[in-house]
Amino acid sequence: MSTLEIRDLHVSVETKEGPKPILRGVDLTIESGQTHAIMGPNGSGKSTLASALAGHPKYQVTSGTVTLDGEDVLAMTVDERARAGLFLAMQYPVEVPGVSVANFLRTAKTAIDGEAPKLRTWGREVKDAMSNLRIDSAFSERSVNEGFSGGEKKRHEILQMELFKPQIAILDETDSGLDVDALRVVSEGVNRAKENTDVGVLLITHYTRILRYIKPDFVHVFVDGRIAEEGGPELAERLEDEGYDKYVGTAAPAAV
Amino acid sequence: MTTTTDLTTDHSRAVADGAHTHGVGAKPQGSRAERLTSFSLDDIPVPTGREEEWRFSPVARIQPLFDGGLGTAGADGSGVRVTVDAAPEVKVETVGRDDARLGRAGKPGDRTGVTAWNAFQQATVVTVPAEAVASDVTSVRFDGEQAGAATPSAAHVLVRAERHAEAVVVIDHAGVATLNQTVEIDVADGAQLTVVSVQDWADGAVHTSSHRARLGRDAKLKHVVVTFGGDVVRITPDAEFTAEGGEVEMVGLYFADADQHQEHRLFVDHAVPRCKSRVTYKGALQGSGAHTVWVGDVLIQADAEGTDTYELNRNLVLTDGARADSVPNLEIETGEIDGAGHASATGRFDDEQLFYLMARGIPETDARRLVVRGFFAELIQEIGVESVEERLIASIEAELEKSMSVITGVATPAGGADEAE
Ligand SMILES: Nc1ncnc2c1ncn2[C@@H]1O[C@H](COP(=O)(O)OP(=O)(O)OP(=O)(O)O)[C@@H](O)[C@H]1O
Ligand SMILES: [Mg+2]
Repeated sequence: MSTLEIRDLHVSVETKEGPKPILRGVDLTIESGQTHAIMGPNGSGKSTLASALAGHPKYQVTSGTVTLDGEDVLAMTVDERARAGLFLAMQYPVEVPGVSVANFLRTAKTAIDGEAPKLRTWGREVKDAMSNLRIDSAFSERSVNEGFSGGEKKRHEILQMELFKPQIAILDETDSGLDVDALRVVSEGVNRAKENTDVGVLLITHYTRILRYIKPDFVHVFVDGRIAEEGGPELAERLEDEGYDKYVGTAAPAAV
Repeated sequence: MTTTTDLTTDHSRAVADGAHTHGVGAKPQGSRAERLTSFSLDDIPVPTGREEEWRFSPVARIQPLFDGGLGTAGADGSGVRVTVDAAPEVKVETVGRDDARLGRAGKPGDRTGVTAWNAFQQATVVTVPAEAVASDVTSVRFDGEQAGAATPSAAHVLVRAERHAEAVVVIDHAGVATLNQTVEIDVADGAQLTVVSVQDWADGAVHTSSHRARLGRDAKLKHVVVTFGGDVVRITPDAEFTAEGGEVEMVGLYFADADQHQEHRLFVDHAVPRCKSRVTYKGALQGSGAHTVWVGDVLIQADAEGTDTYELNRNLVLTDGARADSVPNLEIETGEIDGAGHASATGRFDDEQLFYLMARGIPETDARRLVVRGFFAELIQEIGVESVEERLIASIEAELEKSMSVITGVATPAGGADEAE
């Protein structure tokens, strides 16, 4: 049982003109087994939240706290956060030429678990997870994300989520760019992880179609760097019909 | 139709992945074809450092090797030991400078080239007899002894693969020396030769070397240069095709630390039709004052129709204060070619890659190791000589050990990955 607590989080991004405030007081609590969906217009700061939680050096936390089971996440380095149980499936996974998927998965698994996985069972586990996600076994020998299609990159992210077994997973637009079949395959992967490991999920998305496969317990509307409204799954349906106009207007005066 | 072209492009400190391919363009100027080559000291004077071929070099540090009266490496008092360990099929001789087989693969094209040629008294000749297939690697070692470290000397090696012979020859350099060297490579019709030169010098070594290769009909040469050690290393490999069907693959790998100068200047001369050349050099740099230079000249002469050539240089700058110069030059004098291209890229260590790996729990030093190993991985596989590949991987690991002490304490730049301009 894990809890990720985000309190009054303010984050700025490093730009050529100096730091630019993006997140303006985010409050959110995610517990094991829960699924939270975050929806919001382009540029509202969803990826910024994800990157800041993972510890990307470009994003500076100017105030607020983030704890995982009481531990100060903001004091941890990027790799320490991952080893503590945070996982970020990135909106734009990075290519790492010359590093094979097999080597990468084994190295990361070893780092996260603090010991090398058992050779025999690990091989089997990877193979099964890949086949469940319809990833051809030839990908093992390819360089991480290099030349992968958009959909292949996303499946490779979920493959890692299944293998690394994090406490809390943040999925940044994992559904974007997927065709209907891939969306189903990827959603099944997330649901398997939820079932097998009771992972808490923060799902960032623009579309309700993924929410038909992955049922959210909570839906948060993200506007202008903070959560503007919260509700249950029905909120997602309403957003799809009505858009964000209603929030965009009212959020403006709050700008710092 | 024949068109004369000059496609000299200065890619010094090029932007990452500025890969492109050249077609046929305008008029030559400063063509490589017009570069003076000669065996005579009088023809090629001591450089000032402003000449095209010396403009990146620390000429003051190379000065002792510009002198016409160098001793012979391997001779008593030279401070350099030469050891040859040959495969059973391979013949090794020490011959005088008047041996008729010497000086047949091109002529010196710069001052150190011409001083090396004029200085040596004995040469080492390695011969792979016609149709022989060497069952083992042949090794030629140069070991510089501390006592003679500052004594400049000259060495001459000739590697000959006769008709349809096959062999691998590895030339090693270790210890400290001030050495000016010529490596002549003669690949006869149908022969397949691999020559590997490893510069694994200790600190303080200054080494210049002219490699001059000549390929016969359907001859294949794999030429590998690996540079890790020494204060100043400057290697100038030239390859010349003399008959159709020749193929040369030139592979280079270098890793420069603080205050090291590592320079590789290649010239591939497509003088005859239907030959193929591939050049792939990759280097990593770390520490302040680390400087690497790669110049790749390819000349496709008017008669060389059906030429197929591609050259690539990539540099990975691991820390601030290091500088990589990269200059591919492609001159095409005929329109009837199969392919000609080059790519040159110099990139900073990619912080986004680092973030991705660390976000998967991998500690920073391990993540950096993975990326650097990945950078060199494909190239190492291309070498195709197992013992050399293993040593190389070990050397890269050793370099990375050093680099971790440099990197620890260097904050990740907040602005993310920016490419050297
Ligand atoms: N490096 C940067 N320099 C300048 N502005 C930035 C930088 N990174 C992010 N921003 C800005 O921060 C804001 C939030 O960006 P973010 O990527 O978090 O939005 P998002 O909600 O994920 O949008 P999308 O739905 O399009 O993925 C945007 O206005 C963006 O332009
Ligand atoms: Mg986003």
